Amino acid sequence: MDNSMDPAPLAPEELRRLYRLITAARQLDLAAVAWQRQGIIPGYAPALGQEAAQVGSAFAMDPKRDFIFPTYREMGAALALGVDMTEYMSTHKASWHGGLYDPVRTGFAPIQAVVGGSVLHAVGWAHGQTLNGGTGGVALTYFGDGASSQGDVHEAMNFAGVLKAPVIFFVQNNGWAISLPTEAQVAGGTVAARAAGYGMRAITVDGNDAPAVVSATREAAAHARAGHGPVLIEAMTYRRGPHSTSDDPGRYRSLDEERRDAGPDPVQLLADRLLAGGLADRDFLDAALEEAKDNAERIREGVEALGPRPGTEMFDFVYAEPTEALKAQARAWREESEHV
Amino acid sequence: MQQALNRALAEILAEDPKALVLGEDVGRLGGVFRITDGLQKRFGVDRVMDTPLAESGILGMSVGLAMAGFHPIPEVQFDGFAYPAVNQIITQLARMNYRSRGTLPMPVTLRVPSFGGIRAPEHHGESLEALFAHVPGLKVVSPSSPHEAYHLLRHSVAVPDPVIFMEPKSRYWQKGEVNLGHAGPVEGAKVVRPGRHVTLVAWGAMVARCLQVAELAAEDGIEVEVLDLRWLKPIDAAALAESVGRTRRAVVVHEAPLTSGLGAEVAALITEHCFDTLRAPVGRVTGFDVPYPSGDLEDEYIPNIDRILFGIQRVLEYRRG
Ligand SMILES: Cc1ncc(C[n+]2csc(CCOP(=O)(O)OP(=O)(O)O)c2C)c(N)n1
Repeated sequence: MDNSMDPAPLAPEELRRLYRLITAARQLDLAAVAWQRQGIIPGYAPALGQEAAQVGSAFAMDPKRDFIFPTYREMGAALALGVDMTEYMSTHKASWHGGLYDPVRTGFAPIQAVVGGSVLHAVGWAHGQTLNGGTGGVALTYFGDGASSQGDVHEAMNFAGVLKAPVIFFVQNNGWAISLPTEAQVAGGTVAARAAGYGMRAITVDGNDAPAVVSATREAAAHARAGHGPVLIEAMTYRRGPHSTSDDPGRYRSLDEERRDAGPDPVQLLADRLLAGGLADRDFLDAALEEAKDNAERIREGVEALGPRPGTEMFDFVYAEPTEALKAQARAWREESEHV
Repeated sequence: MQQALNRALAEILAEDPKALVLGEDVGRLGGVFRITDGLQKRFGVDRVMDTPLAESGILGMSVGLAMAGFHPIPEVQFDGFAYPAVNQIITQLARMNYRSRGTLPMPVTLRVPSFGGIRAPEHHGESLEALFAHVPGLKVVSPSSPHEAYHLLRHSVAVPDPVIFMEPKSRYWQKGEVNLGHAGPVEGAKVVRPGRHVTLVAWGAMVARCLQVAELAAEDGIEVEVLDLRWLKPIDAAALAESVGRTRRAVVVHEAPLTSGLGAEVAALITEHCFDTLRAPVGRVTGFDVPYPSGDLEDEYIPNIDRILFGIQRVLEYRRG
C-alpha cells in the first residue's frame, strides 16, 4: 500500500508488547461476545479482525498529551491506552452511556453512539492545543467507512485542513456499515482519496498489519505535532462476524464470502512475524494467550460485580449547575421511590 | 442593544483568556448584525475566529474546544441556520457533561439572533425556544432590553453549562440605559411593570410590546403586570406563582407557534401553583401553527397590540359556565 513514509522499525520489545496487547484485545472481544450470549451483558459491538488497526493506532499515541475520540467499537484502542476495561465494558453492561472511566484522566473521550459525532470534537480539541501555544498534543479520531458519509465528517476535515489542526482522522474501513458494503457507501472507492480535496495528507495502510499501523500512526502524529496539519489514515480491515450482537450477517453476505474477503488474521499475522524473525518463541505466544485469557476473566468478574447504578445518578450530571426544577424532580423521585 | 452585546463580549474576551468568539463572518465583518464589531481587531484572529460556513462544524468544534478548556461563544448567523447544528447541539453539546459523568462540562454560550419583526427572508426569523428548552442539559435565555442583554450575556458566559442565548434581532437597534455597575438579579424572571388585574408573561421582543399594551390598558383602568420571563430554561416558577397569585389572571405572549409552544409550559406551571386562586384559564396570544411568514404577513403573525388586548379581555371577562 502507500508508503511515502519511512517509519523507524519497531524495536523487538515493542513488537512483543504489541503482540501481548493485540492478543488481549482478541480474547476480551471473544469473551464479550460470549458474555452477551450468557446474559451477562445485553449487547456488544465486536471488533473481531480490527484488533491490529485499533491496538496499533492507540499504541502509537501518547496518553499524557494526546486525546483519543472513539466510536462505539474501539475496545482495542481503549485497552492499548490503559483504560480500566471493566469501566469501559460498563457501557455494554448498560451501566452508563459513555462508560464509567474518567475521560480526562485517560485521554479517551466517552464512548459515542452517533456515527461521526465526535470527529468535529477532535478538531476543536486539536485546535485548542494550537491556541494553547502548541502543547504537542494530537487528537486521534476514529470512524468507519459508513460514518465517512456524514456531513459532520466532511465539515471536520475541511475545518482541520483550513486550521492545520493537529488531528489524525483514523478510518477503519472494515468493508461494511452494518449491511452496506463500502462500494455502495463511498463514492470514489476510498475515503483516503478525499483527503486531497481538503489539502490533507493521506496514508493508506494494511489494517491487518499491526506494526504497519503503528508506524503509519507515528508518522501521522509526528507530522501533526510538527505543525504540518491533519493526516487521514485509512486502515483497510475487515469486520469478521456481525456488526453487533444483534446483527445477522447471513442476511447480507455468506460465510464463504466472509472467508474469502477477510484477508489474513491480524493476530496470526503478527505471531508469524515474531516467530519468523526469531523475536519470540512458542512459549512466549502461549504465555501471551494465557495472560490474555486471565485478563478477560478478571474483567468478566469486574463486569459481573458491577451493581446497578444508584437512581439518583440519573439526575446528577445533567448540568454542572443543576436547575431548581431538576432538583425538585430528583427529590420527588427519591420520595416516591422510597415508598414502593 | 447591539452596543451592549458588543461591549459585553469585549469585556468577556478581555477578562477571560479562555473565552473565544467563533462563527461565520464574526471577525473582519464584525458579524452581519455587527455584534462582534471590532473584536477581531482588538483580540486577534485566534480569539475571534471566522470559521468556514458550516453550523454543525461550528458547534462540534466548540464542544472540542470546551473539552480542551476553552469557553467558546459561537454565533449562528440567523436562527433558521441553527437547524443544521441541532444534531451537535442536542446529541453532543447538551449531553457531554452527562455522558462524561461531570468530567467534561460544556461552558459554551451559543448566540442566536432570534425571532422575527425585521421582514427578513425565509429562515431569517424563527422562534426556537421550545425546541431548545425541551432538551435536558441546555439552558435558554433571552434578553429584552440593552441592560438585560449586557448583564445576561455576561452571566451566561459564566454559567458552567451550555446556554442558548436568544437575541431579539428586532431590538438590536433599540436604545436604552445600561447600568453597568448594577446588574440586579441575573437569574429568574423580572417584573418590569407592576399591576394588579392581570399578568402578561413574555420574553425577548414581546416584552416591549406588552409594556405598550399595559400603557394602553391603563387608560381604561386595567392595571397590567408585565413579567419578563428572561430564562426559558430553567423557568422561574416561583416568580410566576408570586405574580399570578396576586393578579389571579395570566396571559402568555410569544411569537412562536401555539401548539407545544413554551406558552403551554408556562400555563401548566401557573395552573400547578395557582389553581385555587386563578379566576380564568391561562390565556395564550401567540404566533400561529404556520411556517414563519414572509414580511408582508409578519404583522399578521406576530402578536400585535390588539390581539394582546383581546387576550386580556378574554381572561378578564371569563365566567365559569
Ligand atoms: C447518525 C447515526 N445514524 C445511524 C446510526 C446507526 N448505526 C450504527 S453503526 C452504523 C454503521 C456504521 O458503519 P461504519 O461507520 O462503517 O462503522 P462500523 O460499525 O463498520 O465500525 C449505523 C448505521 C448511528 N449510530 N448514528
